[in-house]
Order: sequence, then C-alpha cells, then structure tokens
Amino acid sequence: MSSIELRSVSRWYGNVVAINDITMTMGPGVTGLLGPNGAGKTTLLHLISGFLEPSRGELTVGGAASWRNPDIYRTLGLVPERPAVYAFLTGLEFVRATARLHKLPDPDRAAERSIAIVEMAAAQDRKIATYSKGMRQRIKVAAALVHDPEVLLLDEPFNGMDPRQRLHMMDLLETLGDEGRTIVFSSHILEEVERLSGTIQVIVAGRLAASGDFRAIRRLMTSRPHVFLVRTSDDRRLGAALIGRPAVTGVEMNTRGLQVKASDYGTFSREIAGLTREHGIQLRELLPEDESLESVFAYLVEN
Amino acid sequence: MLSVPARTVASLTLRATMGRRRALVFMIPPLILVLVTALLKAANPERADWPSLILGSFGLAVVLPLTALIIGTSVLGAEIDDGSVVHLLATPVPRSTVILSKFAVATGLTVLFAAVPELLAGLIATGPSRLAAGLFLGAVVGSVIYNAVFVMISVLTTRAIAVGLLYLLVWESLLSNVVSGVRVLSVSQYSLGIANSVARDANLNAHLGVATAAIMGALVTVAALVLAIRRLSAFSLKGDAV
Repeated sequence: MSSIELRSVSRWYGNVVAINDITMTMGPGVTGLLGPNGAGKTTLLHLISGFLEPSRGELTVGGAASWRNPDIYRTLGLVPERPAVYAFLTGLEFVRATARLHKLPDPDRAAERSIAIVEMAAAQDRKIATYSKGMRQRIKVAAALVHDPEVLLLDEPFNGMDPRQRLHMMDLLETLGDEGRTIVFSSHILEEVERLSGTIQVIVAGRLAASGDFRAIRRLMTSRPHVFLVRTSDDRRLGAALIGRPAVTGVEMNTRGLQVKASDYGTFSREIAGLTREHGIQLRELLPEDESLESVFAYLVEN
Repeated sequence: MLSVPARTVASLTLRATMGRRRALVFMIPPLILVLVTALLKAANPERADWPSLILGSFGLAVVLPLTALIIGTSVLGAEIDDGSVVHLLATPVPRSTVILSKFAVATGLTVLFAAVPELLAGLIATGPSRLAAGLFLGAVVGSVIYNAVFVMISVLTTRAIAVGLLYLLVWESLLSNVVSGVRVLSVSQYSLGIANSVARDANLNAHLGVATAAIMGALVTVAALVLAIRRLSAFSLKGDAV
C-alpha cells in the first residue's frame, strides 16, 4: 500500500514561507489535515499531489517523487477544493472522460461503479452546471476514485455539503480508509476531523504543530489554559475566592467584569458554579474569551 | 491512430471551445471578410488589384491572427483560468499529449473559421485562381504557427489575450513594417511568404521567400510547442495564502 512521506519539506514564495520544514508520514487509513484558513493545508496537498515543487526537502508517494511525475496519478486521486469542473458535461460524461484519460480497459463500467460509490447515479445524466456545490463535490470524488487509487487526497471535501451529504461522505472516506487506502483530507473544522480521523496532522502557519492520535491532541486542546470573562453580583469577592484555586492562574478586574485565566478548562468549568453558590454570589455571565480555532492552534504550536 | 487519452482531450477541448458563446465570436471576422469581398466584387467586378490587397492585408493579416488568438489562447488558457485543468492534469496523460491535442483542435478550428473563409473570399473575388489557392495555403500554414505560439503563451501567462494582442499589434503590425529584421520573426510574414509562393502577386506585400518562411515557421512552431510542453509539465497550483 502506498504511503506519503515528507522529509524536511519546505515551500516558500519569495520571502513568504508557506510550508516550513515538515516531516511526516501518512499511511493507510484516514488522516485529517487540520488547521486554520491560510495555514498551508492546501499548499501541502498541492505539494503531495505533484502540483507544486518543494523548495527544499523530499516528498514521495508510494516511494516515487510526485513533482513532474504524471505516472503518480496511476495510484493517486485528487479532489481539489476549487469547484471548477467541466460544467458543460454531464456527471457521467465527466467521470467517463476521466476513466479514458486513465486508459482504463472498461471506462463505462469504471464510471458507473465510481458514480454508484458516491450515490450520484440519479443525477449522472444531468449537466454538471445544474449541480449544487455538494453534488459537484461528490462527482469530483467519483472522478478521483474512478481508477481505484491507493491514495486519495481531498481538499476541504465537506465544503458546501448539507449535513446528510456530509455524513455520507464521511462514511465513504471511512470505508475507503478501512479498505487500506491512504486517505488524506484537509479541514479547518475540528468536528469534521474528530468524527472521521483517528490520526491528525495539525498545520499552523506552515508548520506541523501537532501530529498523532486525535484523542490525545483533543485532550491537549481541552486541558490548555483558557481565559474567561465572568460577571457576577460581586466580582471583587469572587476574584478573591478564585485566586486561591489551583485551576486558576490569574484574575484581573476590569470595566467589563472579571477576566479569569484558568489552567484547566474542565476543572474551572466544574468549580465556578459551586464557588459562586458557596459565597452567595449571583453568576450573571460566563464567557470564554479565546475560543477561536486560531488560539487553540497557537497553543498547540507553543506546546 | 490517436490514443484514447488524446482523443478524449481533443473531444473535451472541442466541446469546451465550441460550447461557449465565444464560438459565435469566431464567426464574426470571417463573415465580415466574405461580405466585404462580395461587396467589393459587386462594386468593382473588373479591377484586378483589390483582391490581393483585401485578402492579404485584411484576411491574412487581421482575420487569421485574431481568430487564432481567440481560439489558441482559449483551448487551454480557459481551463487554466478557471482551475478545471487540474482534473485533466491529475491523470497520467503525458503533458505532450495534452498540448498536442489542444494545439491540433485549435489549428483545426482556425482553419475552419479563418482559412476556409479566406478560400471562399478568394473564390468570390477571383474564381478558381493561383491567388485563392495561395491565400488558402498561407492561411492554413498561418493557422498552424499562430496556434503553436498562442497555446504556448496561454501556458506561460494568465494574460494570454493581452500578450497575444500586443504581439500582433506592436510586433507584427507596427515593428515588422518599420524594421526589416523583425519580419524574420513575424508569423504574418511566414503566411504571406507561403501564400505568395503560389499566388506570385506583388500586392500581397510578402517580404520573405518561401524557404525562409517555411524554415522559420517550422522552427517557431516546434520551439513554441516544446516550450509549452515543458511549462505544462511544471504546472503549479497556487496554495493558500499564509
């Protein structure tokens, strides 16, 4: 089975470093590339799929370099993020044309099989121009699967899909991964990656911020320090009580209320209610202040 | 015998090019050429000098390059612009097959929309004659060379039409009329040189001999196609902004 190997791969454009010294191996199963928008996930997928030359380092798919090597597409399928497809073709014509470009012995049958996998048979005779974004995404997946590749790369595959299509696509990728294929998809949505992949690679600002089992990384994410804004009937008294708690690392009073830095999300969330009750303080508002994905990623980079 | 991928690329290209409303645009310049020729023929049935002037200066020097520019830059350039080329390139099809198939389609369409109308206009103007045959041959050869150049430009830059227009207006229309050395690198002069080898008409204003035109035309075609294949082999997609 084909695996993807990157050894000290960097890619820069002039002075801008898009991918910074990434070393990783992705093998059979589903791997999620997680990171905020602009982190370098698409650049990384373009590098892997041979649509970008590494500025430095080595990158191989199944042992062969992907740059300037069209033969790599015999074992690799790519689902790009851009929605552009040959809109003047029907779904069936598009997938069949792709099968012919792969010189498959029976393009009609291969197209039929692939379209059935993504459940697009009912719409296969309609022009792609009439498809919704989710349908276009699925027909692109059918085209990428038509030659039965060992490696499938998908850039933000769930964009534009409704919840039912999303679940179906997740099940499909899971099945393909279970069959021993190397499935790599990118996403900036934590829940998509959580639902789908056991292994994740977190990319932040072009660097590999975290790598490995999703559950371990999720734990790291939830046990990281958090900042909360707390508004109560007596902020000063609650502040004094909070500072004595081990889960709290800092308390600041400002015009908006109490800004509390907690070392552990879970412990603080559990303690705050009991503490206010114990001191007879009325809790009016409790707001997490740094829940953006960027702040989660920034924490992972620092740790 | 063409390979299955070559036929598939050609068929996709043909449908993409002719399916767009742009196909109607292809028909406007040749229609004007044929209509103008018919009107001139009706107005000046006896004069002998206007056919070579109009068919050379307008047919070969304007209609042919403009048609080739629109078609040659769109057969691959349109797919590169909208990103759909990825679906074609993410297959093991040799890049030479992609370029040559698209070049063949572009040349065929240019012959249809520029060389055939040139022949038709020549026949209207002079009936079956050396001039009509020469102009048709020159236009066919010009279709080949222009399309090699314009397909190459469409791989090199996303502003292919602007660059192609600059070449036609500045290099071919302006400089090649002023600086004689420039004519050796003018596709229009290659077409005229080939046309004149059959037509033998001084009014065509051909400045190159048939040998120079043929050799330079072949060299430019091969060089442009080789460069286009090389550039397409190193085709890069832009990643996300960092």
